[in-house]
Amino acid sequence: MHLSPEVPLVWYLLLSAVLFCLGVVGFLIKRNLITVFMSIELMLNAVNLSFVTFAHQWHDVKGQIFVFFVMVVAAAEAAVGLAIIIAVFRARATLAVDRIDLMKL
Amino acid sequence: MHLILFIIFAALCLTGAVNLLFQKQPINSALSLIVVMTSLAVLYLLLGAEFLAAAQVIVYAGAIMVLFTFVVMLLNAGREERTLGSSAYRTVGFPAVAAILAVIATGFMKLQGFGDAGIQDHITSTADLSTVLFTRLLLPFEVTSVLILVAILGSVALARKGDAEGREPR
Amino acid sequence: MTILQFFLWSLLKVIVVTVVLLMAVAYTVLLERKLVGRIQNRWGPSRVGPFGLLQPLVDGAKSFLKEDIIPTAVYRPLYLLAPVIALSCALISIAVVPFGDPSITGPGNFHVFQIADVNIGLLVILGITSIGVYGIALAGWSSNNKYSLLGSLRSSAQLVSYELALGLSLVGVVMRSESLNLDKIVQTQATHGLLSWNLFGGFQFVAFFIYLMAAFAETNRAPFDLPEAESELTAGYHTEYSSMKFAMFFMAEYANMITVGCVATLLFLGGWTSPFGNLLPTPNNIVIRSILPMFWFVIKVFSFLCLYVWVRGTLPRFRYDQLMNYGWRWLMPLAILNIVGTSLWLAYR
Repeated sequence: MHLSPEVPLVWYLLLSAVLFCLGVVGFLIKRNLITVFMSIELMLNAVNLSFVTFAHQWHDVKGQIFVFFVMVVAAAEAAVGLAIIIAVFRARATLAVDRIDLMKL
Repeated sequence: MHLILFIIFAALCLTGAVNLLFQKQPINSALSLIVVMTSLAVLYLLLGAEFLAAAQVIVYAGAIMVLFTFVVMLLNAGREERTLGSSAYRTVGFPAVAAILAVIATGFMKLQGFGDAGIQDHITSTADLSTVLFTRLLLPFEVTSVLILVAILGSVALARKGDAEGREPR
Repeated sequence: MTILQFFLWSLLKVIVVTVVLLMAVAYTVLLERKLVGRIQNRWGPSRVGPFGLLQPLVDGAKSFLKEDIIPTAVYRPLYLLAPVIALSCALISIAVVPFGDPSITGPGNFHVFQIADVNIGLLVILGITSIGVYGIALAGWSSNNKYSLLGSLRSSAQLVSYELALGLSLVGVVMRSESLNLDKIVQTQATHGLLSWNLFGGFQFVAFFIYLMAAFAETNRAPFDLPEAESELTAGYHTEYSSMKFAMFFMAEYANMITVGCVATLLFLGGWTSPFGNLLPTPNNIVIRSILPMFWFVIKVFSFLCLYVWVRGTLPRFRYDQLMNYGWRWLMPLAILNIVGTSLWLAYR
């Protein structure tokens, strides 16, 4: 199985950069509270990929442990965030970010 | 082998992410995000991070995204209406994203001494990971468990019915 | 061994295992109908073939030939995707299960009794089962039917809650064998037969009890079959499914039962090792030596399936709040206590 060509690690980093930017674009153009939140998760995942790549490059476990912590925090964030979304939906009966504008100037 | 797997799953990742942006139904966006996450798990496996690959599938795809689909189903979120929104994101947002991408990409391309990844050439075992996690990083680990406890309490307090004094609704 | 040989051997193993698994699924259905029949003082299916043994084949033919109805109001892409997700996740997880003695290998040190020997085998099974939730959740949502939606909401909440207790109950076993590799977990239970099984020698009977309860809930089986409680929800998440698509959900449920039985066997009941340890002499014949472990494995999984059916025939269904209370207030703390107890035992024995 060693006749395989290898992949430059920079490709992984570029992939993670592109995924991160797609997450940012999603955060900007999505108009539904839940999908905006999903774009944030996409950004977190993209960053995780670059952490794992660096951990592979420097043979250091700490990069992977950081990903582990990011996952834990993302789980906590998802629980609280979705609870907020449910509370907002109860109060305003909508998920469109344009209609949730009571705090807007 | 590594190259083929990388190309397949990187392409899957990118199509999933792009699909997330273009789908109008929130449930389809959620499913494309699941595709992104599971293919990222395969990429972690290619980079020798076994435990993280499994954790990615179990925690992200199996728990967090189930929560998302659960909320989508519970609130019966239908098609999203594309409004114009603020014009700020078109004038500032997209150029900013392009700039970020350009900066990060050139930064990565200029990295010196970055190697290649072959298949199975450096596998971090679960034991290696946990040795560091439970000795040198024990305090952060315990702190995250407190964080999760706080998050549980917070989400219960937020999502329960009734007013601020905790009275049940009539 | 070249890549081509590797692929051909793997393909052969995959085909054999899938065929055997599907046959086992078909006959588990028959086993359930027969046993439940006996529990309820009736015969069960007995007309087709001797003792009704051909019943699964006829049932299969029936579901193939039935009219395939797709209701007009469903959301088609997900409606069609859901049964595929459910069935494929149920079938994939069998890939990491070792069925027999790994010291007997094929050409080129090739595993004969296991499709893939993975370092993190246990986590792979947990991961694939957690993906399987989407089959049920999407089926309910895309059906555009209130009963289906209620069934799938119930089931996704139930599966996520009980996955916690399930995962925590396995920690004690993993601590004892210091590995997530299923082969290694079996090896730690191999020395003294019955006495070194995790269930007895590893003092994991509490963990086994928690695993049993959580597994019943994970596979949506009685007494936790609330997602498809027919007296309240017509048929739950698969109300709108007919013909082969319904059969796929049905097969997924039984395949999941078998996987859960395999995992219980591997983790608590010593896997393919003999329950008598070294009391039985090791046979010299290579054929008997490779068949005997498989025989023990199949016997153990079979008894686990019988237990499943027995529980189904005995216990009434839980109420939904009881189910949630039970999972979060009893099983979770019990599992955590078990972890604490096991680690103290392992540290000071």
